[in-house]
Amino acid sequence: MSPAYRHLTQLAAFTALLLVRASSADVLPEDRADIFYSKYSGGGMDITGESVLVRKKVTENFAVEANYFVDKVSGASVDVLSNASVIKDERKQKTGTIEYLHDKTTYSLSYINSTERDYISNTTHASLSQDMFGDLTTLTLGWGLTRDGVGENDGTAFVPRIVWLGHAESQSYSAGLSQILTKNLIAGLNLEVITDNGYLANPYRSIRFLDPSNPKGYSLGSQVYPDTRTSTAIQGQAKYYLPWRAALTGSYRYYHDTWDITGDTYEIDYTHPLANIWILEGRLRYYKQGHASFYSDIFPYADYQNFMARDQDLASAENTTIGAKITYAFLPDGWKMFKRGTATLDISRINFHYLDFTDIKDYGLPEYQPGDEPLYHFNATVFQIYMSMFF
Amino acid sequence: MRTMRLALIIGALLSSSACGIQPWVKPYERDRLADPIMAWDRDAISSAYLDHIREAREGARGGTGSAGGGCGCN
Repeated sequence: MSPAYRHLTQLAAFTALLLVRASSADVLPEDRADIFYSKYSGGGMDITGESVLVRKKVTENFAVEANYFVDKVSGASVDVLSNASVIKDERKQKTGTIEYLHDKTTYSLSYINSTERDYISNTTHASLSQDMFGDLTTLTLGWGLTRDGVGENDGTAFVPRIVWLGHAESQSYSAGLSQILTKNLIAGLNLEVITDNGYLANPYRSIRFLDPSNPKGYSLGSQVYPDTRTSTAIQGQAKYYLPWRAALTGSYRYYHDTWDITGDTYEIDYTHPLANIWILEGRLRYYKQGHASFYSDIFPYADYQNFMARDQDLASAENTTIGAKITYAFLPDGWKMFKRGTATLDISRINFHYLDFTDIKDYGLPEYQPGDEPLYHFNATVFQIYMSMFF
Repeated sequence: MRTMRLALIIGALLSSSACGIQPWVKPYERDRLADPIMAWDRDAISSAYLDHIREAREGARGGTGSAGGGCGCN
């Protein structure tokens, strides 16, 4: 860890020590159970997600939460498909969280385990949240440690043969501030620094380089990634209560990392309740990123430079999301042990457009010279439906 | 060393200023802020899933308040 980040952690720890003070009690979030189903379709991939979440207060100051999530993937992204590799996989994620409230301080500890055939990830996350200044301000500090095992399926989707390639470790440090500004306006600021080291590449993706001896005009080669990466993201957001009982939210996030990827995210949300039974929500999000310093759609020759990648996630790109969500309170006044119950449908449409990543799966010689293929773009639809019971 | 000195100064200011600041939005004026539509995140299970999709497809990560977790998502 560099001296700058060592100081950041020391500063965070010191600030946290100042914040514990005796005062009137706050409350933990209410108990709930959620059943969730999702489907993502786009870019050659179909991913369904199923999840169950349960949260329960054991005492007034102590709560536990458990979440089980299963992703089922079929298909693969375009650069993986370009290598004639099809993926069919299932990912299972289990999360356990405990929360403890002492006066105005909430302590939280989570453990997340994610397991796929060729990737295992374990994350420990701790956070501290403190209300201050007459409960107008909430300061949250967080730390996370993730350890991953990275493998590659050398067989087929139906007869897999997993080769374990290496490990990756990631640490995250976050600080967030939520501030009540007026009786109608709240604002928030979040800062997160993430530092990775180890095997950070995607084993299913390849670079390409010009090769006149190949009928396609290019050949594929192995990606070479740096074994470290440090990123900084800072997000500001504000939420305003409109006079007719609605909420308008705006946010902006700036991102930059040591791979020279920059990202700007803009989002606006509008929430409108109807008669205490329905809540309608619309959102618009725009994201733009600049490519990594070692990214290129096509290199002049093999071993052109020390680090090389043709991963679409590292390319210059932009995407726009338009989404709508509708929530229905089917138990607005509760029933027996349940205070209320809601059902929600959420649909998002995302348009992805790449600025320096071409579609080599569908285009090539003789119509297009290597490097002149059309830029890749695709649309994706995300569908979510879930039921939430509060008790 | 300079950073730690700055931290001590900030800490001293926080400690002293917290005692003197009176809340300019009184508790009885916060009914609108307590409305569920003013929550930063009404449905954590849904927003965590959307964050997961975005981090699998975008180069940027972090800053959104979610606890993270890795995957080999292709």
